[in-house]
Amino acid sequence: MTKCLILSIEEWAEKKNKEKIVVEKINLKIGEFTCVEPISLINTFNAAVLGSWLDSSEITIEKIPFEGKCSKCNRSYFPKKENGYKSPCCNFNLEEIISGRELKIASIDFKEK
Amino acid sequence: MHLPISDKIELNILHQNSHQAEKNKVKFNNYNLLCLNIMSSPGAGKTRLLELTLEDISKEFQSAVLEGDMTTNLDAARLEKLNIPVVPITTGRACHLDANMVSGGLKLLEKKINPDLLDILLVENVGNLVCPAEFEIGEHFKVALLSITEGEDKPLKYPIMFREADLILITKVDLLPFLDFDINELKSNITSTNPNADVIEISSITKSGFDLWQNWISKKILIFKK
Repeated sequence: MTKCLILSIEEWAEKKNKEKIVVEKINLKIGEFTCVEPISLINTFNAAVLGSWLDSSEITIEKIPFEGKCSKCNRSYFPKKENGYKSPCCNFNLEEIISGRELKIASIDFKEK
Repeated sequence: MHLPISDKIELNILHQNSHQAEKNKVKFNNYNLLCLNIMSSPGAGKTRLLELTLEDISKEFQSAVLEGDMTTNLDAARLEKLNIPVVPITTGRACHLDANMVSGGLKLLEKKINPDLLDILLVENVGNLVCPAEFEIGEHFKVALLSITEGEDKPLKYPIMFREADLILITKVDLLPFLDFDINELKSNITSTNPNADVIEISSITKSGFDLWQNWISKKILIFKK
C-alpha cells in the first residue's frame, strides 16, 4: 500500500515538474472498512521516503467512518463487529456500504522552489 | 520559495493497480478466459483444492494456473504434475499478488500456451486474509477459502476479504466431528458480513461439496462464454 501511495505521488509530481516543487503534506482519506491501519501507513511511508525527495513531507489522514444502510428501513448506521455488522434498527445483514472503503489521496500541499 | 499550494486531486491510492487490473480483464475477455482469484489464509487448503478441482474439470475445460507464492515454487511444482500450464509468481516480500504481477504471469503463460485455447485461469493468491482483498488483479470472481480450524469468528475479524468474495468455500469440513466448532455460527457470520456471497462446504479428504463447487465453476464458465 505504501508503495502504491509513493508511486501515485511520483506520478502526480512528474506532471508538476518534480524538480521544481517541494511536497509539504499529503492529505489522505482512509476509510475505516479497509485493510489500512493509518498509523502503520504513516510509519511505513516515513521509513520508505527517508533520504528521498519526499523526506520532508508529512502524511495527514482523515479517517472516514464505516457507515452502512439498513436495507429494510433505509436508515444509515455504523456497523459494529460485535453485532455482526447488522443494523441496530432492524437487525438486518450489511447489504449496502455508504462509506468506509475510501483509500484516497485527497490533496497534496506543495511549494514551488 | 512561494506560498504553499493545495492541489485537490481525490485520487485512489490503488488507481495504478486498478488500471492494470482493468487491462488484465480486457485481455482475459479477449481470450474468452474466465479468471478466478483464489484467496485464503496460509494452510486453508488452496493448493489441494486446486489439485482435486483440476483433476476433475480438466476433462471438460482447458485450465491453467498462475501460482502466487512468497518464496518457493513448491505449490507450482505440485500442480505441474497435473500436466496443465502453470506459471509460478514468486512475490518475494510482498504478501499478495497485484495486477502487475498477474500481467507478468499472463505474459509467461502466453509463451506456454495460446490462451485462446483455455476456458479458465485459476490464480492462487498468496496465503493472507488481509491485503489480497484490496488488490484487484482483473479477476471475474473472487473465491475465499476458510477452513474450520481457523474459527467461526474469522469473517468478522477479516471482513474485507469475506465482503469482497463472490464465493466462500468452507474447507476441511471432514474435521467437524473432531472439533468444538459451530458451523452455523460461522455461516451466520459470513451472511452478516456478506449476504450476497455463495457458500459451499467442502472437504478435500471426502470430496463432499466438490460437486457443488464444480457446478459453480461450470455455470460461471458457460455464462461467461455466452
